[in-house]
Amino acid sequence: MRRGDRWLGIGMFAPALLYIIAVVGLPLVMAFLYSVGDVKVGSVGYHFVGLDNFRSVLQSPSFRKSLGNSFIFTISSQLIVIIGAHMLALALNRRFRGRGLVRFLILLPWVTPMSLGSFGWKWILDSIYSVINWVLVQAHLVRPFDPPMWLGEPALAMISVISVHAWRLLPFSTVILLAGLTAIPKDIPEAAAVDGAGFWRTLFQITIPMMLPIVNVAVLFGVIFTFTDMIVVYILTRGGPYDSTQVLPSLAFFTGIIGSDLSEGAAISVFLVPLLALIAYLMLRSARRAEVT
Amino acid sequence: MAVVETRNLTKVFKHGQAPAVNDVNLESREGEFLVFLGPSGSGKTTLLRMIAGLEEPTSGEIRIGGVIVNNLTPRERRIAMVFQSYALYPHLSVYNNIAFPLKAQKVPKEVHKQKVDWASGLLGIGHLLERKPRELSGGERQRVALARAIVREPTVFLLDEPLSNLDAKLRASAREELELFHRRIGTTTIYVTHDQIEAMAMGDRIVVLHEGYVRQVGTPREVYDDPADTFVATFLGSPPMNLLTDGAATVGFRPEHLVPAELVGNVPKVPLRFRMKNVEYLGAEKILYGSLEGTRFADKEVLARIASSAPTFYELDKTYDFSVPEQELRFFDPQTEKRIPPQAFSWQ
Amino acid sequence: MVRGAGRKVLSSVTHWAVVVFFCVVLAFPFYWMAITAFKRNTDLYNLENNPFIFNEKPTLDHIRLLFGETMFLRWLANTAFVGVVVVGITLLFAVPAAYALARLTGRWGERLGIGIFLTYLIPPTLLFIPLSRVVATLGLQDSIWSVVLVYPSFTIPFSTWLLMGFFKSIPRDLEDAALVDGLTRFGAFIRMVIPISISGILTVVIFTFTLVTQEFVYALTFISTEANQMVGVGVPIFLVRGDVYYWGSLMAACLITSVPIGIVYNLFLDRFIAGFTVGAVK
Repeated sequence: MRRGDRWLGIGMFAPALLYIIAVVGLPLVMAFLYSVGDVKVGSVGYHFVGLDNFRSVLQSPSFRKSLGNSFIFTISSQLIVIIGAHMLALALNRRFRGRGLVRFLILLPWVTPMSLGSFGWKWILDSIYSVINWVLVQAHLVRPFDPPMWLGEPALAMISVISVHAWRLLPFSTVILLAGLTAIPKDIPEAAAVDGAGFWRTLFQITIPMMLPIVNVAVLFGVIFTFTDMIVVYILTRGGPYDSTQVLPSLAFFTGIIGSDLSEGAAISVFLVPLLALIAYLMLRSARRAEVT
Repeated sequence: MAVVETRNLTKVFKHGQAPAVNDVNLESREGEFLVFLGPSGSGKTTLLRMIAGLEEPTSGEIRIGGVIVNNLTPRERRIAMVFQSYALYPHLSVYNNIAFPLKAQKVPKEVHKQKVDWASGLLGIGHLLERKPRELSGGERQRVALARAIVREPTVFLLDEPLSNLDAKLRASAREELELFHRRIGTTTIYVTHDQIEAMAMGDRIVVLHEGYVRQVGTPREVYDDPADTFVATFLGSPPMNLLTDGAATVGFRPEHLVPAELVGNVPKVPLRFRMKNVEYLGAEKILYGSLEGTRFADKEVLARIASSAPTFYELDKTYDFSVPEQELRFFDPQTEKRIPPQAFSWQ
Repeated sequence: MVRGAGRKVLSSVTHWAVVVFFCVVLAFPFYWMAITAFKRNTDLYNLENNPFIFNEKPTLDHIRLLFGETMFLRWLANTAFVGVVVVGITLLFAVPAAYALARLTGRWGERLGIGIFLTYLIPPTLLFIPLSRVVATLGLQDSIWSVVLVYPSFTIPFSTWLLMGFFKSIPRDLEDAALVDGLTRFGAFIRMVIPISISGILTVVIFTFTLVTQEFVYALTFISTEANQMVGVGVPIFLVRGDVYYWGSLMAACLITSVPIGIVYNLFLDRFIAGFTVGAVK
């Protein structure tokens, strides 16, 4: 490489870097500054208030509920997703008629704007016209005039939110796992078959271990997408009933934007950072390991 | 046409690592076919890329036609290069591939067609001009790459292993074609290869490189018959030169010079007892694997190469009388591994 | 022999059971959107009717309402406009940056590339509060230009990462040949690398566009006027009048927006996956 090339490289990369610094780096720093300041919508000036915001946030029951919910929603939806995606990816990893159509149908939840997909569910889970309730009534599993309120009762609302998250992420994890499956050289399962391994042995001792790096990728992105998302909750329940489905991002939105307390909102969203940092670390580690092997 | 010179040329890729090219001093001759020969990692391609301007030397000088070109970009050096992969532009037709250097160097548009016709005619690819590179065979691609290289009438031709992507059969004919081509164009050509047969067949002179150093520069006959050191002696020739060493002295001779005693004429010769271990029949010739008995090099492994037509039959594990003509012995310093002049030598 | 055949049938049955089950679960909401969009209200809101089928004749009333009496078309136009501008900005920044990372920056390029990758782990929900202040300071609140400014924050990193892989897969010899043939490095980038990479650039155009249509948080935060909304926020927020949900029109809007994106996405899926699998798949 010639010396002139290096300058050209800097010149070609710098604009993008500056843009990213301006719209990602700068706001990121501001988020931390706000969380230790007293910024409100319309206020001028900035005073350092130390950990006051964090103290008041930590004392609020809404926050504690949201923090717990964020983890519950993320972990349970990821468990559903990873098991479901694995089954589906194994099923899709062979050629069959109509595979293209199946792929299209399966991908729809992921490609649909999330707000609209969630809105479809809001209608399916409607308090009066829910199609699920209609089926349950027909099957005499519930009484016609006392159907479950999917979005109105805390426990059911949580299950609904978890399900919609899982519904949305399942296609994403499936295609990622499928990419991992196709990348396993054909001769390895064949060698295992010649060596006398059956389906389950091949699955647990060959396929799954070889898929682990790619499963990592799917899970890590899945965790990020769920943990930092406020759309599902915002559309389905607005955090209700009584904060029972509130999560950190939606609470930050209601506090910071609707409630005009930018500093406290920022303090809430800063609680996303430790998990994001952990995931970034895990991702780099698994990427590095993939390069070594 | 021009002469290429390098002075104390060195390239270090990563600080603290051994140089890829180490203090290389070379001077090509007007219009010659110069071959850089070496195993992979010997620095031959790096050397070529520095001459092309694709790599920047760490230190030293490159001159083309007497002008220092270190600070010139590749386009300013008026060179042409054919890459190992041919590097044909996949999105352009053959015509546009060949015309590309003309366009890039802003040659007036009117002469494009005439020059492309000339270059494609010279290489016999006039009928392929409308095709895309992916529609061409390996040999055709090579010719397009050559046409693209000559179209701007460069001062120097650089070729980086252009035959290594061809299969063995095509390679022999492509080699011949390249030789004829060079004879017709007469442009100074530098040719990089790891294949000693290509180097011997095509080169006016061969530069043997190893670990970044130039080990020897000479005609094919010189590097084969009079290798400058043990590396050159063993790198050229297949099977390589027999080297016998016991720490105090190193002596070498080519397998074709170790022959049954009765086949050596009336010249001063060294008699050797050869214990037969294996015979490989290769059609026109036989390779004999064995070890010496007696002398200071007892039990050393040596190879002999004799014509299959030689009227001899060997049994394994028997010992036979062989000999080497004295004039075919080569002596090396066992410490520096450099050639030293012939000398009185005691075999006992 | 019999046992082998039985096993084959069983495996085929399991296979189809899995495929059908997931297809139904994943695609059901879209079936539901479609049937809702064409049902008469009297059919839709009658609890006695079987909701899976048309009990009365289908109707286009909801579609007519959606296009005639709501801002749906306006939102689509806004989204398309923002999409086009953001695509332009993204290409302008990401294409040179990706080439620089792939070819010109050596060891630094690798680190910067990973840095770029990490920025798409930073979610909008961490940045939207300070960005709302930035947008207000620039006087862009309530304007579609606010999202034009902010969307490249995720489209540039994603596109740079995708294109970097693409550029790395171009044989180096091609550019070297172009240099020897008389182009400058920048000339080789413009006249050799970009024409060869058209399909990669097209991929980036598609994904940038779909990322723009899928975004919700920034548009919700920065834009409050109905007429300036993007389709992803406009439909669920502004199509609801007080407490009244026009479910037919709402579902029609969801369906009309989703399906075209789904079709385009499917065509480019493999490239999209490459943007996430950092080397875990080779």
